[in-house]
Amino acid sequence: MDTAQQLDNRDRANDDAAKPPFDVEERSMQDTPYPEKTVGKPFVDAPKMRLRNVNVFYDDNQAIHDVSLDIGKNEVISLIGPSGCGKSTFLRSLNRMNDTIDICRVRGDLQLDDQDLYDPKLDVVELRARVGMVFQKPNPFPKSIYDNVAYGPRLHGLADKKYDLDGIVENSLRKAGLWNEVKDRLHSPGTGLSGGQQQRLCIARTIAVSPEVVLMDEPCSALDPIATAKIEELIDELTESYTIAIVTHSMQQAARVSHRTAYFHLGRLIEVNDTETVFTKPEHELTEAYITGRFG
Amino acid sequence: MDRMHFGQHSSSQFNEALESIRNHLMEMGGLVEKQVVDALEALLHADSALAEKVLTTEDKVDDLEIQIDEECARVLALRQPAASDLRLIIAVSKAVSDLERIGDESAKIAAMALQLAQEGESPRGYVEVRHIGNHVRNMLRDTLDAFARFDADKAVEVAAEDSEVDLEYRSAMRALVTFMMEDPRAISRVLNIIWSLRALERIGDHARNIGEQVIFLVKGTDVRHISIDEMEKEVRKKD
Repeated sequence: MDTAQQLDNRDRANDDAAKPPFDVEERSMQDTPYPEKTVGKPFVDAPKMRLRNVNVFYDDNQAIHDVSLDIGKNEVISLIGPSGCGKSTFLRSLNRMNDTIDICRVRGDLQLDDQDLYDPKLDVVELRARVGMVFQKPNPFPKSIYDNVAYGPRLHGLADKKYDLDGIVENSLRKAGLWNEVKDRLHSPGTGLSGGQQQRLCIARTIAVSPEVVLMDEPCSALDPIATAKIEELIDELTESYTIAIVTHSMQQAARVSHRTAYFHLGRLIEVNDTETVFTKPEHELTEAYITGRFG
Repeated sequence: MDRMHFGQHSSSQFNEALESIRNHLMEMGGLVEKQVVDALEALLHADSALAEKVLTTEDKVDDLEIQIDEECARVLALRQPAASDLRLIIAVSKAVSDLERIGDESAKIAAMALQLAQEGESPRGYVEVRHIGNHVRNMLRDTLDAFARFDADKAVEVAAEDSEVDLEYRSAMRALVTFMMEDPRAISRVLNIIWSLRALERIGDHARNIGEQVIFLVKGTDVRHISIDEMEKEVRKKD
């Protein structure tokens, strides 16, 4: 960087001559090497999910390279990184959503509490009740608002009586901050709600089965700022009872909602740190480059 | 230092905004440096015309402060800067306040120069003013260099210099107080010199503050209100 130029600007303080823009060293961030190990704090004490040496392949393409990460209890962790960096793939491995893709193979040691997630004897439906998921586009069932929320509890036999079910539905909708908006029309179709309401309905549906972990894959990317703010507020409230992992493209969102932030780059986990650290003083150059907008 | 890449954003407008902020900071730094030099010159040579010029140029310093602050606010609002970009904006915005205060102190010295030119020169204190004045001038130059080069080590040196200036200031003060006791007729004139020394000492403090912002910018650690030794330790940490 041509500092002389800048210093020169000081000497010419009093003259109004045009100041040429100062030069910067041309160097591509893409050349920066990966760290051998994830930098920062990928591990916590007594994690809710303990993930070690996770590798994910689509056929012969390796999408995730040896990622090790802990997700703490009642923590909100955000996964950020450029498109195609594997963050969604990684998230989807956490409740075996990748099972639905034939060519996808997951290798590694993934544990929820002490339960091996990829144990062949594990009931996947049961697992997905414990590790719920909210998707990018709100996807309510073509049923009433009530039935959308009641679907899971019925399926898992969580409520015997209609009375219990009413309680679960109301409670879930309240937690999702939707109750006051829909309590008078519980039996109208869920698809008739606005986008933001639909997304909160999906969150209510997810938490109706009392999951332990909620995975969110860009939950706000289809929503306007007000609806986004409501969901973020909701995430903050949900963290009292749930552990949340959220994939987001909005770095401001990651900064606002999460306790820790994990930065993925081309299938590798580069850095995990307290969110504040990541956004004020990231340890790795690649993280810095991404969050300050130097990729592209 | 290797992590300060301020020109590589995907958005070229963002690059330009940050460049412009840094250029304006350096321009303001240059102007303030000149104000200090001129004010000292006016004082030491009883040059009323130069003192007047310092007083009028003060407005330009104030305008630059407002302009740079506006630019910083705009970047914060439009770009939501993070990491080193965020630290740059914070550091610039704080450094600008210190520069403006240095401008104010220079104006005070210029005002004292005018008074001394009218009331007659002080019988004592010029040697001290020249000495401390040169010292703080160098500090200001070094701290601005450190900002331009993202040089945290140099910023620490400036902070160390400030402690020396404080010592020199105290000893000058003792000498001048003694002199006033010996010759009460000179009190009002010597007081003008004392105010000027006080202003110079403050300029040293502001230069140090700017150096602290440089360290925050480069290292990401807040080194305000700690000793020089601790400051050095912070700067040496994991490089």
